[in-house]
Amino acid sequence: MNRIILHSDMNNFYANVECLYNPSLRNKPIAVAGDPKIRHGIVLAKNDLAKQYGVQTGEPLWMAEQKCKEIVFVPPHYERYFLFSRMAQEIYSRYTDQVEPFGLDECWLDVSGSIGLFGSGKTIADKIRRQIKDELGITASIGVSYNKIFAKLGSDMRKPDATTVIAPNSIREKIWPLPAGDLLFVGQATRRKLSRYYINTIGDLARTDPQLLVRLLGINGDKLWRFANGMDISPVSQYGTKTWIKSIGNSTTTPRDLESEEEVKIILYALCEKVSARLRKHCLSCETVQLSVRDQNFIFYERQGKFDYPSCATDSIFNLALKLYRQNFSKVLIRSLGVRACRLAIQEQEQLSLLPEVPKMQKREQLDKTIDWLRSRYGYFAIQRGIMLMDKSLAYLSQQSPSPIYPGSFFKQGS
Amino acid sequence: MRKKMFVEVAANFYTNGVIIPFLIKWKDGTVYEIDRVLEMRKAASLKAGGVGTRYTIRVKGSITYLFYEEPKWFVEAKV
Repeated sequence: MNRIILHSDMNNFYANVECLYNPSLRNKPIAVAGDPKIRHGIVLAKNDLAKQYGVQTGEPLWMAEQKCKEIVFVPPHYERYFLFSRMAQEIYSRYTDQVEPFGLDECWLDVSGSIGLFGSGKTIADKIRRQIKDELGITASIGVSYNKIFAKLGSDMRKPDATTVIAPNSIREKIWPLPAGDLLFVGQATRRKLSRYYINTIGDLARTDPQLLVRLLGINGDKLWRFANGMDISPVSQYGTKTWIKSIGNSTTTPRDLESEEEVKIILYALCEKVSARLRKHCLSCETVQLSVRDQNFIFYERQGKFDYPSCATDSIFNLALKLYRQNFSKVLIRSLGVRACRLAIQEQEQLSLLPEVPKMQKREQLDKTIDWLRSRYGYFAIQRGIMLMDKSLAYLSQQSPSPIYPGSFFKQGS
Repeated sequence: MRKKMFVEVAANFYTNGVIIPFLIKWKDGTVYEIDRVLEMRKAASLKAGGVGTRYTIRVKGSITYLFYEEPKWFVEAKV
């Protein structure tokens, strides 16, 4: 028996939540935008009216304004988006316990076991859409199919507020004519590679010899071939399942280009404190630190370094990140900086060591944990490093903002 | 045209977790008694902007909505 998988995608999520809270914006083209004063001035999301003018996510505000003079920019309210995401998941969980979020606004549901209680996949999808509209005041598009990949394609087909059913016997006419780039995990680079071999649609991909795709794209070639042929069997995880964390990172665009090492140090400390505190919260240590830099010409670089022993101490991560900076970027003007902790290990499972470095590091970690506790009790700024007082405009950056949730890797399921 | 107006409310908190309001105090100090709560459900207020538990209530014979958007209460007031 085929599974019945739903993919729900809340339409123009950030923009529609903002319109709900400010009804006077409902008939205007709007874009949720970062603060241009601290150089975060890009479009984060837009509503359908702004979309009609060609406004795109990620473009600078001046460009959006050129396309649409009447556009209204509103600041983001992440706490509202988290709340709405949680409320939507609560609606989904009325129908099944297999609810797997993909970012804040998308979710997969496996309702195969619920059709006896609530009706067909389409009936459930229609009920969910109606409840989201009534209870949250926003709309969602839902795709209904027999695997996660086609359900997602279905939710993209008709917007806003629509249900699209993709039955196994309709994939040739509904799915195969779509461009290959519409398929999950076919990004720009893969699309370019495929088009060199005249593989332009999902149908082309499905009909290509999988061995050729493996030669072209490695192991993902075989996965994409399976996706295109409707052979994806990855399960929808249970509601509330914690996904395995693969890396923890934070980045920021600075209010001005960073010129001196002192300025870079301030930002690096702020980022490393945030990353290491998140590591400690999850009882993890990292073996590798990745430093990412965007220079004043918007060129993006990444460099990695490795520890001798896994660590979650702020100082260790900072020192390695600073070393990477000194080795690679000391001569460039920096627009944005990011620090990421990779190759994570659970602290309890770490190898014990008699070498003198390890107890030293453990002392630093203990000190960091004390700082974490002080901050959780008395606020972030209750205790600070001296360097943070050198330039408060840099040091106060984004310490209080929540770390955004990005869609996780689909492949984590081992499909 | 309606706007979101926060109001003071007196309510009974029952042991099963249900909250039923019985008085609304307007900004000017006038107190209105809620004759009856007709319906209680989760809903969005498209007119005033907000989400929460929507109480359909009867006050002095007319039917209106009262929203509990935790931790505050609001009504869709006429502008």
